Amino acid sequence: MSQDTFLLDGEEIPFTRGQTIMEAARAAGKFIPHLCWHPDFTGHGSCKLCTVKANGHLNAACVTAARKDMTVENRTPELDDKRRTLLQLLFVEGNHFCPSCEKSGNCVLQATAYELDMMSPHFDHFFPDRPVDASHPEVLLDFNRCILCELCVRVSRDIDHKNIFALSGRGIAKHLVVNAESGRLADTDFSLDDKAAQVCPVGVILTKKKGFSVPIGQRRFDATSIATQVTEAAAAAQEEV
Amino acid sequence: MNENDIILSVLARHGNDGTRLMQILRETQEALGWLAPHTLTTIAAGIGWSRAEVEGTASFYSFFHIEPRGRYRVLWSDNITDRMLGNQDLMLQMCQALWLEPGRVSEDGLVSVDTTSCTGLCDQGPAVLVNYRAIPRMTAEGVEQMVDLICTGTPLSDWPAEWFNVVSQVRRKDRLLDHGLVPGQALLAAIERGPEAMIAELKTSGLRGRGGAGFPAGQKWEACRNSPGADRIVICNADEGEPGTFKDRILLTDHPDQVFEGMTIAAWSIKASRGYVYLRGEYRYMLETLQAVLDRRRAAGLLGRNILGQPGFDFDIEIHHGAGAYVCGERSALVESLEGKPGRPRLRTWSLSVKGFLGLPTDVNNVETLANACLVAVHGGAWYAGVGTAKSSGTKLLSVSGDCARPGVYEYPYGVTVAQVLADCGATNTYAVQVSGASGITLTTEEFGRRISFEDVPSGGAFMVFDRRRDMLEMARHFSHFFAHESCGFCTPCRVGTAVNARLMDKLAAGHGSVYDINELFKMHRLMQGTSHCGLGSTATNAIHDTLTKFYPAYQRRMKSLDFEPAFDLDSALSQARQMTGRDDSGAHLSNSEST
Ligand SMILES: Cc1cc2nc3c(=O)[nH]c(=O)nc-3n(C[C@H](O)[C@H](O)[C@H](O)COP(=O)(O)O)c2cc1C
Ligand code: SF4
Ligand code: SF4
Ligand code: FES
Repeated sequence: MSQDTFLLDGEEIPFTRGQTIMEAARAAGKFIPHLCWHPDFTGHGSCKLCTVKANGHLNAACVTAARKDMTVENRTPELDDKRRTLLQLLFVEGNHFCPSCEKSGNCVLQATAYELDMMSPHFDHFFPDRPVDASHPEVLLDFNRCILCELCVRVSRDIDHKNIFALSGRGIAKHLVVNAESGRLADTDFSLDDKAAQVCPVGVILTKKKGFSVPIGQRRFDATSIATQVTEAAAAAQEEV
Repeated sequence: MNENDIILSVLARHGNDGTRLMQILRETQEALGWLAPHTLTTIAAGIGWSRAEVEGTASFYSFFHIEPRGRYRVLWSDNITDRMLGNQDLMLQMCQALWLEPGRVSEDGLVSVDTTSCTGLCDQGPAVLVNYRAIPRMTAEGVEQMVDLICTGTPLSDWPAEWFNVVSQVRRKDRLLDHGLVPGQALLAAIERGPEAMIAELKTSGLRGRGGAGFPAGQKWEACRNSPGADRIVICNADEGEPGTFKDRILLTDHPDQVFEGMTIAAWSIKASRGYVYLRGEYRYMLETLQAVLDRRRAAGLLGRNILGQPGFDFDIEIHHGAGAYVCGERSALVESLEGKPGRPRLRTWSLSVKGFLGLPTDVNNVETLANACLVAVHGGAWYAGVGTAKSSGTKLLSVSGDCARPGVYEYPYGVTVAQVLADCGATNTYAVQVSGASGITLTTEEFGRRISFEDVPSGGAFMVFDRRRDMLEMARHFSHFFAHESCGFCTPCRVGTAVNARLMDKLAAGHGSVYDINELFKMHRLMQGTSHCGLGSTATNAIHDTLTKFYPAYQRRMKSLDFEPAFDLDSALSQARQMTGRDDSGAHLSNSEST
């Protein structure tokens, strides 16, 4: 039986039933910009960075099932333009000061901004007041950088079964809270061994006492771009098979 | 009873069921005044949810308070129509009399005064909610008296009863409002037809959803009936949050039997055993009356077990309250809310007809759609399709408000022109009409020949009239704040986009904008329309777009310069420094471009 395929920017991409456009593209080494999506978990569809044009309709690739013979536009100037605006909105919504951030070079938001040539935040900043939570002995929470992707929420709930995190409020006032009456991480049973401690795409959930152990310039996205890494990872996986 | 016992008794009344969290929070708050941190902890333990999840729900809704509130909580309805009737002056008068800033609680904890999104009393504004009880037609004297009653600590039950009198101003009746049916008549007709035939009639009738999207009701019922499941659910969407809409209020007040009967017919047709009315928090005052109607219907054998003697036809209806969140009118957000969660629209992986409330096949219909189903049951589909237009059969209730002599509800066959409605409601010097609320369409005088119908100008029911005194930029600005306030915050384009738009509109209104900002608004319109997760975000820029394209002079008048200007205004950026140094003399200002 021949494999079902769809067209992504003119290239045939094989997929299996039930796969999303994002999953199939990823397996084929094609980079679709994303923030709230993580290869190990199901799609969430909130950041909208992965917006593609599928048969002429704008859809989030991480929550849209791949269908046979569909035509998907991904890295077009029009779509990257929208993505750049979405990134700018995320940058001004929080307080992102990359040069002093421990996550710099390992941050998916920053890497995506480089990949999409985002040159400035463009909009006026909101400068929200989001105090840091340093109460926990092992982990620091710097809410200033939270992009509300809910990866920590989902992983703590579905994988760790601890429900440490939730989003509170609505609209632009939406923010991350932890599962304690005091509002302090120290008063939860969160631990560095939780899977949720490892999933934050930006610099919110940080391991204490390990700051800057890898110098800036030698970090994950410093040598190669996020898009190149996706392509290389797929090629490596192919070789193993 | 001490606080803890009160919480425990509310929990017990709801069987410690987390999916009833909205009702648990509302009843607890009604008893304790607000939802303190330890209250949420107790509730979380009671329902076996994490505290963070309970906080997520409590913090999402405008009518839940996780911070202390005044014993009297006055909320001024703040639709654009309330503004046109002078609510801002009245609110200011009230705040001055109480020595209070809007949004703040008085130091003695007695009172707080704030605004809230449209309360559905646009035909009798300016309106307020006091401890979530509606009071229409506020006046300066009313404010004075109310301040006295508050300062003397008079309980609401001792306030003048006539203040709470919400009237039904029905100005034009047609087939629906003149139905002439007695309770049980339509249900009996549906039972006699049989479920499949009832659905077939509904399809013949061409009845389309009245909540906005216009999905064919027959098709929806059929999909639901054909979905496998142990049980099915019927939900009546009575959230009526679209600014300027109040026609469902009329149906729920004057024709509750038809609404409940429509739900029961739906249940009969799709084999559902449970029904919910999702009633917006603003309509809290209707609760007891509606409960009484339900009781009467149970006693008459129109609800409960073996309805009208049909073995196995078991169905009952429960009323659930919203708590001040426009997005919960969106059907999947509504279902989330009904399950005790924040009103966040679901992914479209599953249609609600397949997996809805608690994973069961669920039919969600607007109040008016359900009431219309009664007519189809009694008179048949062909009769029903006898009025209206080719693609819009039947009649439509319009909630008319704004600059006209006779605001209220008007029922017309589909296809009525905007001009006809304007003539009937006594509108003169009309400049613009906003159809279908904040998310709707702005019509200019040249467009008054257009027709209310799914083919031409679709309407969820709102019809707001603006005469020549009005500033359409102000309307669009007002709606931009509405959407920023109501965005659920799930997706980036809407969460941040609505806030950016509100800022841009403020800037333009203040006379600091330029063509640059206009282009920004168009860019945001294209982005949000295309990439937002739900209808709230994708329609949030409609009024901005329409007023920019049709009422551009309103913007031009306010623009500092018709050329490009940098977004950064150095002089206003220095305002903080001026404040800190206490200087505001001319030397502390940069001379601005106008003087050069
Ligand atoms: C932001 C938003 C708000 C909505 N508010 C309402 C509402 O208040 N009442 C309503 O009936 N439908 C509302 N809808 C439409 C519902 O999602 C749904 O289509 C409708 O209730 C289905 O019923 P119908 O087919 O009978 O119209 C809203 C939709 C959106 C996107
Ligand atoms: S803390 Fe990190 S993982 Fe959690 S929601 Fe914020 S950005 Fe996402
Ligand atoms: S469009 Fe707005 S209301 Fe709808 S999901 Fe996105 S943030 Fe929420
Ligand atoms: S990655 Fe698809 S919406 Fe975030």
